[in-house]
This record gives sequence, structure tokens and C-alpha cells, in this order.
Amino acid sequence: MILDKIIITLSRLLVGAAARWIGSSPSKMQRIYFANHTSHLDTIAIWSAMPSEFRKTTRPVAAADYWNKGWLRKHIAISVLNSVLVERITSSKANPLLPLFSALENGDSLIFFPEGTRSDHAVPHTFKSGLFHLAERFPDAELIPVYLENFHRCMPKGSFFPVPLVCTIRFGAKLERIEQENKSDFLERARNAILELS
Amino acid sequence: MQNNFYWLIYGVVSILIVASIIGWVLSKKIKTENGKTVVLNLNARIKAWWIMISIFSLSFFLGKTATIVLFFMISFFALREFITLTPTKPGDHKALSLAFFVLLPVQYYLISIGWYSLFAIFIPVYGFLLLPSLSAISQDPEQFLERTSKIQWAVMITIYCISHVPALLLLDIPGYKNQGPLLIFFLLTVVQLSDVFQYVFGKLFGKTKLAPAVSPSKTVEGLVGGGLTAIAVGTCMWWITPFTPLQAAIMSSVVVIMGFLGGLVLSAVKRSLGAKDWGTMINGHGGMMDRMDSVCFSAPIFFHLTRYFFTN
Repeated sequence: MILDKIIITLSRLLVGAAARWIGSSPSKMQRIYFANHTSHLDTIAIWSAMPSEFRKTTRPVAAADYWNKGWLRKHIAISVLNSVLVERITSSKANPLLPLFSALENGDSLIFFPEGTRSDHAVPHTFKSGLFHLAERFPDAELIPVYLENFHRCMPKGSFFPVPLVCTIRFGAKLERIEQENKSDFLERARNAILELS
Repeated sequence: MQNNFYWLIYGVVSILIVASIIGWVLSKKIKTENGKTVVLNLNARIKAWWIMISIFSLSFFLGKTATIVLFFMISFFALREFITLTPTKPGDHKALSLAFFVLLPVQYYLISIGWYSLFAIFIPVYGFLLLPSLSAISQDPEQFLERTSKIQWAVMITIYCISHVPALLLLDIPGYKNQGPLLIFFLLTVVQLSDVFQYVFGKLFGKTKLAPAVSPSKTVEGLVGGGLTAIAVGTCMWWITPFTPLQAAIMSSVVVIMGFLGGLVLSAVKRSLGAKDWGTMINGHGGMMDRMDSVCFSAPIFFHLTRYFFTN
């Protein structure tokens, strides 16, 4: 595939997209990478920063309403990024996390943005409960916090193309599991794990 | 010119070989912890020099377009570093887009078509006025002047100043047709050797700190020793330039002094932005701007002195 090479080269040139493995290193363990979400580049940047041998099985979770628009976007989301598309606006009672469950059951790793939407600042909003449900259902998956630095400046909400800046992607140490932890404590601890990397 | 060029490349390569051998011997001999870090950094720097010299020689052999493209890329990376360290806000997105996607390519395009008069005013006039206009349209008055001037500074230093290096190819010097690359070689060699020798003399004999608050590594002994050595080398290279030996000595002195000031000023800028290095692009040296800071200041002055005194 040539398109993935182009995307990786472009993201390196535009935003540097350098990976810093601080508390963990790339591994073939099943993982859920969770990151702060500040720009449309985030998904592509983390994916490009993955070592190529893990890229195929590390699938970004992306919003269907954004990535299903237009042929090219859809093609990139599905054929290149191999992403798991989720509906953010659910009309039916179906659990929006179902596609993620099946990806994890398959043994894939996920790149997940627990805020659900982009924020204006690098500091993440409070997390939605999705990460908690994933963690609860897949206790063996490693939860790796990821901090995206500078991406919100590169492509602030409402802009159509990125301005080149050196952006860094920091991977932290895996989040320890605590038995019987309640939802809000867990989400707060996960959020702090990202903040510690900033 | 081709012949001269081969000799110069041989010269540079042999200096690098000597430096690499010294670096290797030092790495075997020095045992103290402090000394080891210095030697490790020294060897990283020498390694990076090999890469930089290879890229430069290759682009010179490929010709004018390659040289212009090379400096375009250098400006791009330098601007990217500068903006990364500069706190910008979402309201600056339009101005930054102008800088990266219009000012930068147009400035280098003007060099490639040889339109000197527009090259000389494009950024100081059009860029200067359009950048704040775009920021104002975004309607965020908070710290407007600070934000605008930082972007203007970034553009002037990383695009305008650096673009004066390849612009040397535009100069029409009587009796010196098509030898622009040699002039670039002269300028870069004097600037970079001055930096290198200031570092070496500073490490060997440096005692009196020159400006500890701004640039802790700069010493009087380093400046004098390194500066004089670079001027001596520059004078010896008079035969590749349109200058007489005396003129070459004067030009080298100007280049060394401006280079020193550039290093000092940009170090102050860097510190005011709260960083120790501009980036991490060039192993051992820091970022692109850590290597180009002295060039930023010396290139425009060298360009205009040469243009004023040596062209028709």
C-alpha cells in the first residue's frame, strides 16, 4: 500500500509526530492506548508513531460521523488505518461500544480517545465512561496512557489544515488495575495518568 | 570551479577524518564521568557534521535548484522549531499558515527566478503587514502585539535571514561568473568553523564567562581564539572568493562577529521562550536553529556587503 507510506511521511514532515516511550515500550501484548483528543490529526499521528509491525493490529477508534464523510476519508479510515468506527450519535438502544468489544475479542489493540470529542486545550475534559467499560470487560488488556503534545496548536478546532509544528506523542506506564474500583475513581485516575505525562 | 570544489571537499573531509580520530582517541582515554559526557557529545557532533557535510556537498554538485531546495528545507525546519517553542493561540492559525504555505515558498521561488528587488522586500514589507492583518481578522486581541511580533520574528530570522545564503547565487560579480556556490562555501565554512573553534577553545582554555545569563558556554578565550582561527582560515580561502586576501580577512571578521552576535541573540530568544535547545533534530547539536543561529545574522550582512562593494 502506497497511501499509508504517504500518510506516514506527511505526518512526519508536518508535525514531526515523534514517539517517546517513557513508561512503556512497544509490545505485542493486547493494549488499549488512551489519549487526550485535541485535533483531527491525533488518530493518524498515534497510528504513524507505532512501530510498523504493530500497526496492523493496533486499531484506532474513530467517529463514524467524521470518517464516513467522503470517499477518501472513508478509504483512509477503513483500508489504511483499519479503524473501528463508532457511532457517536446513537438513535437505537444498541451499545455503541459493541464494535470495540468485538475488536478486542479478536485480539486487536485499540487507540481510544476517552473524551469522545476534541477539546480546545491539551488538558483533557472528564472522560466518558467508555474506557471504564472496556477495562472492566477486558481485564487482561494493558491500559497505556498517551499524551499528545502541541497537536491542539497545529490544527485547532475549526481549521481545515495543519500548520507544521513539532508534536510529540508520549507513551506512559500502564495503568495498574485496582480491584473493585468504582467508575468515577477509575476515570479520574486514568485522566491523571495522561496529565502526568504533560 | 568544479576543480576548486573537489579540493575544498577533500579539505573538509580530511579535517573531519582528523576530528573523528581525535574523538575516537579521546573516547578511549578519558575516564572521568564529566569528561565522558563531553566526549560523547563531541563525537555525536562530529558524526552529525559528517551527515551535514554530505548533504551540502551533494546539493552543491546537483546545482542551483538543489541548493535552493536545501535551504528551503532548512528554513522550513527552523521555522517549525521556532513556532513550536513560541506560545501561539488558535487565532494565529491564519498567520502561521501564511508563513508556512505562502511566505516560505514564495521567498525561495523569488531566488530561483532571480527577482532580487522583490526578494529583498517581500517579507519585510508584504509579510510584515499581512501577518498581523490575518491575526486581527481572527479577532483575538489578547496579547496581540506579543503574538504578532513573535511570528514576525520567526519569519524574519528563519525565512528571510537564512534565504540570504542561497541568494548569494544571484550576485553578478565581475570576473566571478557562476561561482556563487564557492561564495556560499566560504560563508558557511567561516561561520561554522568560528562556532566549532569557539567551542574547542572554550572547552580547552575557557575561564572568563562572557554572558553567563544568556549563553553559559560562551567564554572570552573561546571567542578570541575561535574567532581569530576562523578569520585566519577565511583569509587563506581568499582564492575561491572575489576578494583580495585583505578583503577576505575583513569579510571573515565581519562574518565571525555577526555570527557571534547571532548566537548570542538567538540564545537569549531561546531562553526567553524557556528552552535550552531549539529542538532535537541534529544529534549532539540540538535543533536546526542551534546550528543556524550564527548563519542567520551573518548571511544578510555578508550578502549586502558583497553586493554593495563587489557587484556592478
